[in-house]
Amino acid sequence: MLKKSNKIPLLIFLLAPAVVLFTFFVIIPVFKAAYFSLFKWNGLGPCVDFRGLKNFKVLFHDNIFQKALGHNIIITVISLIVEIPLALYCALIICNKKFKLAVLFRTIFFLPYVLSEVISGILWEFIYNPQYGFVKEFYTKFLPGRTVPALLGNPSTVLGAILVAVIWKYFGFHMSILIAGLQDIPDEVKEAATIDGASEHQITRHIVLPLLRPTLFISIFFSVVGSFQLFDIIWAMGKGDPVNSAETMVTYLYKFGLQRFNIGYGSAVAVTIFLLCLVFSIFYNRQMFKGEGK
Amino acid sequence: MTLRSKSSQNSILRTVQYVFCILLSIIVLFPVYMGIFGGFKSNGQLLSDPVGFPHPMYFQNYGNILKQTVGAFWQALGNSLIVAGGTVGFTLVVCVMAAFAISRIKFRASGFFRNYFLLGLLFPLAVAILPLYLQIRNLNLIDKYLGVILPQVAFQIPMTVLLLIGFFRGIPQDLEDACEMDGYGPLGFLVKMVIPLSTPILATTSVIILVASWNNFFLPLLVFNTEKFYTLPMGVMNFQGQHAADWNMILAYLSLAMVPAIILFISAQKYIVAGLTGGAVKG
Repeated sequence: MLKKSNKIPLLIFLLAPAVVLFTFFVIIPVFKAAYFSLFKWNGLGPCVDFRGLKNFKVLFHDNIFQKALGHNIIITVISLIVEIPLALYCALIICNKKFKLAVLFRTIFFLPYVLSEVISGILWEFIYNPQYGFVKEFYTKFLPGRTVPALLGNPSTVLGAILVAVIWKYFGFHMSILIAGLQDIPDEVKEAATIDGASEHQITRHIVLPLLRPTLFISIFFSVVGSFQLFDIIWAMGKGDPVNSAETMVTYLYKFGLQRFNIGYGSAVAVTIFLLCLVFSIFYNRQMFKGEGK
Repeated sequence: MTLRSKSSQNSILRTVQYVFCILLSIIVLFPVYMGIFGGFKSNGQLLSDPVGFPHPMYFQNYGNILKQTVGAFWQALGNSLIVAGGTVGFTLVVCVMAAFAISRIKFRASGFFRNYFLLGLLFPLAVAILPLYLQIRNLNLIDKYLGVILPQVAFQIPMTVLLLIGFFRGIPQDLEDACEMDGYGPLGFLVKMVIPLSTPILATTSVIILVASWNNFFLPLLVFNTEKFYTLPMGVMNFQGQHAADWNMILAYLSLAMVPAIILFISAQKYIVAGLTGGAVKG
C-alpha cells in the first residue's frame, strides 16, 4: 500500500495538469461570463460600469435577438420532426439482418458528419448558387424561362436552405446513435415475437420502438442542444444574413461580443444560451426519468 | 393472411427500402460529387454544365493549389495537423494521468475531482468564448498554436476523463497486486499495465478528439489572425473570400481539404462510429 507521505505528491503530479487547464480555460471563463454580463464593458481597461440586469433587459427587447432565438427554435423543431424520424427510419432499415449492403449505406449516410461544417456549408452554397450551382441547372432543365432563385440571398428562403444542409450533415450521426441502441436489443425478443406470428411492422412498432426509447431520448437531447449552439455552418453560408434572416443566438453573440466588442452584452447572450440549455436539460431529464418509472 | 401474400408483401417492402436508401445515398453524395468533379472543370465548363461529368478534364485548379501558386493549401494542412496532433497528444497525457488518479488511487477527494470535471459537460464552448478570448489575448497566445491547443484540450477533458475512468475501473485489482509484487509502484502499474491494456479506448478517444479539432472553426477564427496560422476550415473560408468568382478553384480547394477527413473516415470508421456514438450512448 502507498504511504500517505508519498501519495499526496503523486496525486498532485497526476491531477494538477488537468485541473489547472480545465479550471483556467473552462471554469473561470464561464464564471467570468456570468460576471461580465452585469456590466457594460468593451474588453479594454477596467470593467467597472455596473448595469445589473440591464443587458438582459435590452437583449430580450432586441428585435434581432428575438429573431435569432426564433430561428434556433425553428431549427430545433425541424430537426425533431424531420432529422430524427429520417435517422430512425434509416437505422431501422440498416439494422434489419435481411437487408444487404447495410454497411455501405451506413458509411455513406455517416460521411457528411466527419466533414467540417465550413466545408459542408460552402459545398451547399455552391449547390444553391444561382449562376453556377445545381439549382441553376435544375431551372434551365426543368423550368426554363423562370428566374433562378438565389435561395441563400432571399430572407424568406435562406433559413430553409440552410436547414437542408444541416439535416444532410447530421442525420447520419443520429442514425449511428440509434443503430448502437438497436444493436443492444436482444435478438431473442424479436425472435419470440416472430414465432408468435407478429409481422415485421408489428415487431418494430410494439417491441423495438419502446425498447429504443432511452436511445431516442439521447439522440433528441443531442439534437436540441446542438441546434441551440449552431454557428459554423451558418457562418459559412452567409453569416446569418441577409437581414439577419438566418441569425442564430451564437452568430448574434459573435457579432456583438467579438466584432463590436460589447463584452458585457455578449456575455449576457452567452449566459442566456447556457441557461436555456440548462433548463432544457433539467426539464428533459426529469421527464425522461418520469417516463422510465412507469 | 396466407404465408405467401405476407412474404410478397415483405419483398415489396424490401424493394421500397432499397430504393429509398439508394435515393438517399445519391442525395448525400451529390454535393461531394459536385465539389470534387467541379474542381476538374474550367470556370466556363462549370458555368455551362455544373452537374455533368467534366470533359475534357481540366487539371489546372488542383495543380495550382497543390503547387501553392494560389492559396496556401499545404500551409493550412500543416497548421491543422499541428493543432490536431498537439490537441490529441496533450489531451491524452493529461486525461490518462487524471483518470488514473481518480479511478485507481484511493483518496478522499476522488469523487470531488470526478464531479468537478463532469461539470464541464454542461458548458458549451460558446458560453465561455468571450472571457476565453480575453484570457488568450492576455496570455499573448493570439497567433500561437498553443492559443488554440490549450483551450481545445481543456474542453475535451470532461468527456475524455469520463470515458477513461470507466475503462480504468474495469482493470482487475489482481493485475495491480501482481505489479506491486514485482516491485512496481503506481506509476509503474500505469505505464506497464494500464496504458497497454487501454489501447482500444485510447484509439477511440483520439479519433473523437482528432475529428473535433480538425473541424473546429470557432476557436481558430478568434485566435489566428494571420493567414500563416490558418487551419483548413479557415483556409477554405479565406480562399472563398479571395476567389469569389472562381467557383472551380474554390471547389478544388474544398475537395482537397476534404481528402484527409475522408481518408481518416474510411480507415478508422470503426473507431469514429464507436467513439462518437458509443460514447454518447454509454457515457
